[in-house]
Amino acid sequence: MTGNLSLALCIGVLYTVGTYLLLQRTLTRVVIGLGLLAHGANLLLLQAGGPAGAPPFAAKDGAAGTAGVVGGTADPLPQAMVLTAIVIAFGVSAFLLALAYRSWALSGEDEVQDDVEDRRIARLDHDAQHVRQPRPEDEL
Amino acid sequence: MNDDLLRVLVPLPVVLPLLAAGSSVLLARRQVLQRTLSVLTLVALVATAGTLLHLVDSDGTAVVQLGGWAAPYGISLVADRLSALLLLVSAMVLLAVLVYAIGQGVADGRRSTLAVFHPCYLVLAAGIAMAFLTGDLFNLFVAFEVMLVASYVLITLDGGKAQVRAAMTYVVTSLLASTLFVTVIGLVYAATGTVNMADAAMRMGDLPEGLRVALGLTMLIVFGIKAAIFPLFSWLPDSYPTAPSPVTAVFAGLLTKVGVYAIIRTQTLIFPGEGAIASVLLVLAALTMVVGILGAIVQDDVKRLLSFTIVSHIGYMLLGLGLYSVAGLAGAILYTVHHIVVQTTLFLVAGLMERREGTSSIARGGGLQRVAPLLAVLYLLPALSLAGIPPLSGFLAKLGLLQAGLEDGGGLAQVAVWAAIATSLLTLLAMGRVWSGVFWGPVAEIVADADREDSVDVGVARTPRLMVASTVVAVVGGLSITLVAGPLYGLTTRAAEDLVDRSSYVTAVLGDGGGGTR
Repeated sequence: MTGNLSLALCIGVLYTVGTYLLLQRTLTRVVIGLGLLAHGANLLLLQAGGPAGAPPFAAKDGAAGTAGVVGGTADPLPQAMVLTAIVIAFGVSAFLLALAYRSWALSGEDEVQDDVEDRRIARLDHDAQHVRQPRPEDEL
Repeated sequence: MNDDLLRVLVPLPVVLPLLAAGSSVLLARRQVLQRTLSVLTLVALVATAGTLLHLVDSDGTAVVQLGGWAAPYGISLVADRLSALLLLVSAMVLLAVLVYAIGQGVADGRRSTLAVFHPCYLVLAAGIAMAFLTGDLFNLFVAFEVMLVASYVLITLDGGKAQVRAAMTYVVTSLLASTLFVTVIGLVYAATGTVNMADAAMRMGDLPEGLRVALGLTMLIVFGIKAAIFPLFSWLPDSYPTAPSPVTAVFAGLLTKVGVYAIIRTQTLIFPGEGAIASVLLVLAALTMVVGILGAIVQDDVKRLLSFTIVSHIGYMLLGLGLYSVAGLAGAILYTVHHIVVQTTLFLVAGLMERREGTSSIARGGGLQRVAPLLAVLYLLPALSLAGIPPLSGFLAKLGLLQAGLEDGGGLAQVAVWAAIATSLLTLLAMGRVWSGVFWGPVAEIVADADREDSVDVGVARTPRLMVASTVVAVVGGLSITLVAGPLYGLTTRAAEDLVDRSSYVTAVLGDGGGGTR
């Protein structure tokens, strides 16, 4: 299967940037990162459908001089799948934004909050140290 | 005759809840009607799934090509023994939890959240049914999304601080898994030119082995996130316990199992027994079991503890799959059925305990067996079943798996079997900790958690009868698995034979000459 190199590069960049943003602590960046990843995945589906330039329906004889497709038609299935995926990603992104806004409204910051378990362990650790080394003012 | 009936029955579990969900939105102001509609829909779902299982078991795999488009081009809905069995069990669990939720909602009288609850719950049911029935990879993605979108709403039902924090983890993780899923669908389509599972299974043979293993492993990662297997599980114990009890119960029982079903289906049908993947599965199974249960025994919160046991016991199902034998798969399917029922029941009981005590903390509870002896029995039976005490269902399912593992004789299988036995003992320890902390000892004073944001009114001595009744039904349901264990094991063995010998599935979907309704 021949593919489109610039499309492939574009997919690579989208995945890279998306992954990078996903690893950030700011929720807005996480949301944008997920959006970019979804775009990358959609383009990948499109790429899987073969080269561009094929006619949508049956081609006239002789008119099909496009991108090595002779008499063939464009594969409609990946396009249908991309459309479905876009709609789903759109809906979920809207929900995610609402959730991020709610999180901001409740906690006043746009950062991913600490893991509950981590905080608990940190507290245990802190308590243990506190017992072992009493501060001078505790002695009084 | 049967063909016409099946043409209606196979899509019905998806269509019915979706239609009911739409009507349910319209009935938002008429609570009694809304509740009646949900209950009736799920009763109909149970009846449909039961009939479907009976027909499929006697006549073989049933296929409906949606819109009349022939197999590899249209979307196929496929009901074989595995999907029909899991559909039936899921429908029954959904119904029991719905009754429990209605009991809790009626007692607590929170109108605003209840109006959203019913439509979302029905959409969740439709998504689960579609995931079980679909024979198309992209449609499986859509089914997961339908199910997950409903679950996003349900997990944030109250919108408190803890819930939003937990939901953020849950939504971002699920969304990442979904993006990976679209990616792997794109790769499978590029490699094989089809997204129909049966068709992809046939064409996969022409590909080089490295590519097959790579695709299989990527798919394992996608569903591994949803099923919460070893390195990919940390989102689960963080997000599930914050949701209202009935929601957590249905998530615990069903959502991860849909992931497990997807792993079983794709790994047996599309990537059957690739050597490398089988070993990976066995290693992951052992690690999932041990790491999960080690997480569970140190927890203080009952709901968190139970969430870790979900993770741990997913490992048993992977163990059965990793063996790639009829006995192993039959054990895995039986274990899935057992675990759906028992884990859901335990979360329902945890909800009752929390209501009674005002806290789900083990350290602060105590003496519940004196004040609420029925609750103690309701906890003890599923807890012992989860740990695998004979003659409860957990013992039978584990026995099947361990025998299959020992028959296999491979080194990795042996290790995984020993991990399974150790996990079983540690589960007993974890369940015993809850028992001695919450049920034994002096009666603890009822103090509500300071920072709780759950929708349950806590510390109420009077628990609604409907909640108790549905929990009793769930416990009895778990016990009855023991009673029907013989026929059930026969059924799961036949289902496993279908999975190992892929031809029945492929022929049913693609037909001999290709296409047409059965």
